Amino acid sequence: MAADTALAVRHSPAPPHPLVEFWRYFRQNKGALLGLAVIVAMTLTAVFADALAPHPPAEQFRDALLRPPIWQDGGTTRFMLGTDDIGRCMLSRLIHGARVSMVVGVSVIALGLFLGVVLGLLAGFFPGPVDIGIMRLMDTLLALPALLLAIVVVAILGPGLFNAMMAVSVVVLPGFARLTRAAVLTELSKDYVTAARMTGARLPRLMFITVLPNCLAPLIVQATLGFSTAILDTAALGFLGLGAQPPTPEWGTMLSDALQFIQRAWWVVTFPGAAILVTVLAFNLMGDGLRDALDPKLKR
Amino acid sequence: MLRFVLTRLSLIVPTFLGVTLLTFAMIRLIPGDPILLLFGERSVDDAVYNQMKADLGLDKPILVQYGYYLWDLAQGDFGTSIVTRTPVLSEFLALFPATVELSLTAMTFAVLIGLPAGIVAAVRRNSVFDHTVMGASLTGYSMPIFWWGLLLILLFSVTLGWTPVSGRMAVRYFIEPVTGFVLIDAWLAGEWGAFKSALQHLILPAVALGTIPLAVIARMTRSSMLEVLNDDYIRTARAKGLPPWRVVGLHALRNALIPVITVIGLQVGALLSGAILTETIFSWPGVGKWLIESIRRRDYPVVQGGVLLAASIVMLVNLTVDVMYGLINPRIRKGR
Repeated sequence: MAADTALAVRHSPAPPHPLVEFWRYFRQNKGALLGLAVIVAMTLTAVFADALAPHPPAEQFRDALLRPPIWQDGGTTRFMLGTDDIGRCMLSRLIHGARVSMVVGVSVIALGLFLGVVLGLLAGFFPGPVDIGIMRLMDTLLALPALLLAIVVVAILGPGLFNAMMAVSVVVLPGFARLTRAAVLTELSKDYVTAARMTGARLPRLMFITVLPNCLAPLIVQATLGFSTAILDTAALGFLGLGAQPPTPEWGTMLSDALQFIQRAWWVVTFPGAAILVTVLAFNLMGDGLRDALDPKLKR
Repeated sequence: MLRFVLTRLSLIVPTFLGVTLLTFAMIRLIPGDPILLLFGERSVDDAVYNQMKADLGLDKPILVQYGYYLWDLAQGDFGTSIVTRTPVLSEFLALFPATVELSLTAMTFAVLIGLPAGIVAAVRRNSVFDHTVMGASLTGYSMPIFWWGLLLILLFSVTLGWTPVSGRMAVRYFIEPVTGFVLIDAWLAGEWGAFKSALQHLILPAVALGTIPLAVIARMTRSSMLEVLNDDYIRTARAKGLPPWRVVGLHALRNALIPVITVIGLQVGALLSGAILTETIFSWPGVGKWLIESIRRRDYPVVQGGVLLAASIVMLVNLTVDVMYGLINPRIRKGR
C-alpha cells in the first residue's frame, strides 16, 4: 500500500521546486561550482581573519624586513609568504585583506542595489517626467567611463576607503536601475499585476511585494558580477592612492606601497594582485553560472 | 538615414548637459572655498579675493553661474590649471595623442589575437583549444590590469631586460611632433633608432591595456560565430560543397562580425579607464596620468575640464559607433 503511494508520487508530473531546479542547472557548470567554492573559502577567511592570521596585520617585525617566502633562500616558517618593506607579515595582511574586500563588495553592492532598485522601480512605475529624469541621470553616469566617474566622486569626497566605496556604488548603480526598470516594464503589463491592482493593493505593496520579486533573477546575476567590479575598482582606486590609505591591508593599496620594491622583492608585488585576480575570477565564474541557471531564455 | 542620425544626436544632448552639470557641481561640492582653492597654498588679501569673486561670477546666482560655465565651454574655455597656469584644453590636446597612440595599439593587439582565437574556438567547439581560450579570456576579463602591468614589467623589464620600464622613447632621441604619434613621427623622420625605441616602450603598456578588450572580443566572437554557424545558409553553403575555410571565413564571419564591431566600439570607455591605470604604471605621458597627477596636486580645474573632455570624447565615439551600426544594419535603423 505504502509502496503504491510512493510509486504514484514518483510518477506525478509535479514540477520541481524552483530552488531544486536552479541547483540542478547550476551544478552542471563546473566553473560556477569552483567559483562558489572559492567565494565560500574567501568568506570564511574574512570572518575568521583574526584566528587564521599568524600575526596582527599592522605589526612590524623590525628584525625581518623584506623576508622572502618560505620556499626561497632566507625564508622562515614564521612568515610563510614573506614580509614587506617594514617587516609586516604578508600572509596576515592578505588574510585581513580578504575581510576588507568582502566588506567592500557587500557594502558597495548593498548600497548600489538598494538605490538602483528604488530608482528603477520609480522610473518603471511613473512614466513621464520622473522616468525621463531618472533615466537621463543614469545615462549621464553611464556616459562616464567607470574609473573616471569614481575619480570625480573621490575628488569631491576626498580619498579614503569609505569614500572609494561610495564612488564605486555610484559606478554600479545605473546598471541596477536600468535592469530594474526594464524588468518592471515587462511585469507591469501582466495579468497578476492588474489583479493585484483590482484587489486594491497600494503602490508600495505593488512595487516591493507584487512586482519586485519577479524582477529578481537578472538582479541577482548583475549583483554577483557587480561584486567583481566593486572589488576590482576599489582596488584600482587604492592602487592610485585614492582609496584605502596605508596601513589598511587592502590589496590594491598594498600593491601601490610595494611598487618601489618591484626589482628587489617580487613577492610583495605578486601576492596581493593574485588575491584580487582569484577573487574577481571566482565572482565572474559564479555570475556566469547563475546567469545560465536563472535566465530562462538560455534554458533548454 | 538623416532622421536616424538626428535622433541619435538629440539623445546625446541631455547626456552631455548632464555631464557638464556634474563637472560644474563637482568644483562647488568640493569642501572649501573655490577661490581659496584656486590660490592653492598661497594666502589672498580681501581686495583680491572680492575682485576674483566678481571676475569669476561667483557672486551671481548659481543658475547664472552655470550659464556662464556653458558659455565658456562653448568658446572652448575649459578652465585654467592652477599649477601651470596654462589652459586645460591645450594641456589636454598636447597629451591626448599619446593616449590615442597607446589605445589604438592596444586595440590592434586585442583584435589581432582575439578575433582569430574566437573564430577557431567556435569552429572547434568543446575542444581543448576552445576550453583554453575561454578559460584564458575569463582570466583576462577578471584581471586587475594595474597588477598585470606590474607582472609584465617584472618579467620582461626586470628579469629579462628586453624592454624599458617607463616613458615613450629613450631620452637621447628627439622627434619633431607632426602627428603626435611618436611611432609615426619617427617613421616619417626616418629615424630608425627612435622608431625602435618608441616601439619597445609601447609594447608592454599596449599589451597590459589590450588584455581586457582582447578577452571581451574573443568571447564575443566565439558566441557570435556559434550562433551564425547554426544558421540555415551555412548548412546550404556546406551542402554546396564549399571548402570549410570559405564557409567560415567568408559566409559566417561576415555576419558574425556585426556584434563584434559594436563591442569593439563600446570598449572605448573601458580603454580610457584602463589608460588611467596603465599610464600611471608605465609613466606614459598621456591624459590618464595627467588626470591622476592633477587630483594629487589638487588642481581641480584640470580635473573638472579633463573629465569633461574625456567624457565628451567617449560619448562622441559611442555615437559614431551607433550611427555606423545603423549604416551596416538597416534593421536597427528602421527599428527606431
